Amino acid sequence: MNPFARAFRNRAGDLALATATGAATLLILGILAVILVDVIMNGAPRLSWTFLSSAPTHGMTQGGIFPAIFGTVALVLLMTVAVVPVGVATAIYLNEYASPHGRLTRAVRVAVNNLAGVPSIVFGLFGLGFFVQFVGTGIDRAFMGGQKAFGQPALIWAALTMAVLTMPVVIVVTEEALRSVPRELREASAALGATRFQTVVNVVVPQAAPGILTGTILAVSRGAGEVAPILFVGAAYFLPHLPSHLYDQFMHLGYHVYVLSTQSPDVDATKPLLYATVVVLLTLTFLLNAAAIVVRSRMRRRFAQAAA
Amino acid sequence: MVRTPPSSISSPAPAPAPAPATASRSLAPLVLRPPPRWHRAAELVIRALALSAIAAIVLILFFVAKESLPLFTDSEVRKEVTPSQMWLAQQWPGYDEPDHIWQPVSDVPKYGLWALLVGTLKVTLVSLLFSVPLGVGAALYVSQYAPPRVREVVKPAIELLAGIPSVVLGFFALMVMATFVQDAFGLESRLNAVVSGLALSIAVIPVVFTISEEAFGAVPRSYVEASTALGAARWQTTLRVIVPAASPGIAAAVALGLGRAIGETMIVLMASGNAAILSASLTDSVRTLSATIAAELAEVVFGGAHYTVLFFLGSLLFLTTFVINLLGDWAIHSMKVKLGVAA
Amino acid sequence: MTASTTAPSDPRRPKLTVKDLSVFYGGKKALGPVSMDVREKQVTALIGPSGCGKSTFLRSLNRMNELIPGCVVTGDVLLEAKPIYGHGIDAVAVRRRIGMVFQRSNPFPKSIFDNVAYGLRIGGISGASDIAQRVERALRQAALWDEVRDRLSESALRLSGGQQQRLCIARALAVEPDVVLMDEPASALDPIATAHIEELIHELCKSYTVVIVTHNMQQAARVADYTAFFYMGELIEYDRTDVLFTKPGNPRTEDYITGRFG
Repeated sequence: MNPFARAFRNRAGDLALATATGAATLLILGILAVILVDVIMNGAPRLSWTFLSSAPTHGMTQGGIFPAIFGTVALVLLMTVAVVPVGVATAIYLNEYASPHGRLTRAVRVAVNNLAGVPSIVFGLFGLGFFVQFVGTGIDRAFMGGQKAFGQPALIWAALTMAVLTMPVVIVVTEEALRSVPRELREASAALGATRFQTVVNVVVPQAAPGILTGTILAVSRGAGEVAPILFVGAAYFLPHLPSHLYDQFMHLGYHVYVLSTQSPDVDATKPLLYATVVVLLTLTFLLNAAAIVVRSRMRRRFAQAAA
Repeated sequence: MVRTPPSSISSPAPAPAPAPATASRSLAPLVLRPPPRWHRAAELVIRALALSAIAAIVLILFFVAKESLPLFTDSEVRKEVTPSQMWLAQQWPGYDEPDHIWQPVSDVPKYGLWALLVGTLKVTLVSLLFSVPLGVGAALYVSQYAPPRVREVVKPAIELLAGIPSVVLGFFALMVMATFVQDAFGLESRLNAVVSGLALSIAVIPVVFTISEEAFGAVPRSYVEASTALGAARWQTTLRVIVPAASPGIAAAVALGLGRAIGETMIVLMASGNAAILSASLTDSVRTLSATIAAELAEVVFGGAHYTVLFFLGSLLFLTTFVINLLGDWAIHSMKVKLGVAA
Repeated sequence: MTASTTAPSDPRRPKLTVKDLSVFYGGKKALGPVSMDVREKQVTALIGPSGCGKSTFLRSLNRMNELIPGCVVTGDVLLEAKPIYGHGIDAVAVRRRIGMVFQRSNPFPKSIFDNVAYGLRIGGISGASDIAQRVERALRQAALWDEVRDRLSESALRLSGGQQQRLCIARALAVEPDVVLMDEPASALDPIATAHIEELIHELCKSYTVVIVTHNMQQAARVADYTAFFYMGELIEYDRTDVLFTKPGNPRTEDYITGRFG
């Protein structure tokens, strides 16, 4: 092939490949944009302070979604209280105490990886089969004199189920943060006569705190958005009261979207409320993800600064 | 100004009082105390909590399997359905020929699995068909062709896409995509495998993209430089050197994307039509394993045949994604070994 | 093979006694067996080419080697005739009496004050004024007090390299160790900062026993009372500095100090 033809073929090939892959990228971004635009355009008009602070009325066609917001927040709060200590402790064990190739270490890592891959509906089955049926009825029999309180779908079981679901996120991100603490700091602490626990608590964890925060935020974001695990473990479509006990059921933004979309008797009438709910849910998860990204990049910058 | 994190062992008033110059000579002898006893207890607590991940996965496996056991052991349940009845075509009253039918809620409950399996397969196939080329293509673009500023926009955008809850994607598919697809192609059923597959691919793309991008980025510069030095054009180097070198990572990306697709529930629950039809056409409504569980579990009698079968489906789902994720993790691990990053 | 390992004419008693110390990493011997005495309130320098085991030796004096997985130590080290290795002997307690300063300064990302106070707080000291007084004394001993007295609550990371190293020294001194180990403390510093550190070492040996690893022979000559020459994991010669550098007993020592190999 003469040099001109080869050069042409090369330029053409490069252009073609770049265009094809660039088009793929553009398409993906386009999809994101379409979703966002559609949701915002249809949902934003309905947003207002009253919408966020009042309960739904008239068969979900008017009013607001405050109970769903409340329920989602309550769920996520309980979940965080459960998952953060356990997840952080596991990450601390893996990174600071465990021997790198020990059998227990590998078992924990395999377990974490598998937990991350379990389908969300299976978590729902687990929540039902273990928490509600096994633990819940056990508690009822032992403490409630057979009355049915915990042996049914409840906020606490939904929170614990979500905690198990989000545990891998917290563990992986926390481990990353712990790993990023330089070895020299641990050495300095040990040389001053600190035990490993003292080093972890006084040097490693404070330094890794932004990373731990990132993991928590990401877990919260997933906890707010996942619906399949709580379908039969505590979420309800319409409740006259806000949940006030751990064994109450609760309304939930994501669950609300699901039911309104699929089981609403009059789709057109509920459409505005539905879109607005989606906007609220999306805003919530986006803000959380954005916060996590910001904390993460600040942490990277701070680490680079300290190392300089 | 660099902000220091609050020291967890500092006394509340970190500002030291200026000590008189002579004080330095007259200090009492220093007596250091051993660490308080509760530290050891705290370390034990940490070790115990670390077992929670193992406990969780074991409990999940155990309890989901436990509730599906009656399918094999309980005579009451087996009167209604047995595993072989689920796999083989059954002759039902009122039908000409034996058929696979899933109709648990009926006078004659039918538990033909194949409709669900085929439904899952169809939706998964459609989603991979779209998400793998798009995800891998975009990953290739971002790692090889995109200028840094574009990269800084694309990567967060994909992270945002990953952050969209699946219920929102299902909602979008149901409200917008279904109408669009039906109008564009003149389809009979509004909700079908194509629509739910497309929506599912939106959820899978970030998974495929992230892992593929990592794989492309991990290809050593020396490979690229060697190829270029031999006179290869950029596109030749990309296709003949970089992509093959990253292929274990891409395989892992596909595997994990597959795992994600099979396990996804809300999108298919909302957009697939939820009709357990056994057909080859992609434009028919379908029912997947996960959606079946989600849709039917609310109405079942605790401990009954239907309940047991649903848990059995859950076990199947768990095992399938377990194996796929195992393969995917193994592929990632061997990719890292090949590139010398891990032992 | 080894020349004199104790200096018989010196009356000062040994602070540290090393007996047949060997260090293994993953089954391979990295050092030993080494036997020597470290004299109290003297500066002992450990010299030798890269990889000769001098840092490994230093780290085995305060059981810091144990932090490396796969490390096995045989033999013993005695601090004032009491063994620091062995079952039931707490490494944490050992490290409070034998402190260490590292090659690259590693201050915690905390305030200057909190850095120096760290060892005290870890050790259960809680009185605010007690801590403040000890922090000041340590900073004075490290010749850093005047430079930082007005900004104790600032981040330690804002100090210059030489100041950070002196801060690390102050941090080590705050817990009043018997022995201070220094692993090439000035190798990452410029000449002026290095001179400060060397001056500091002169002052320190009035109150502390100092063992310093250095790859710089001139530094050893300037700073140390005793010098030990290591080569390929063995202690080759150990004597008073002036003797070692002017009349070395071992040909390999002579080769090293005359620069025949580095």
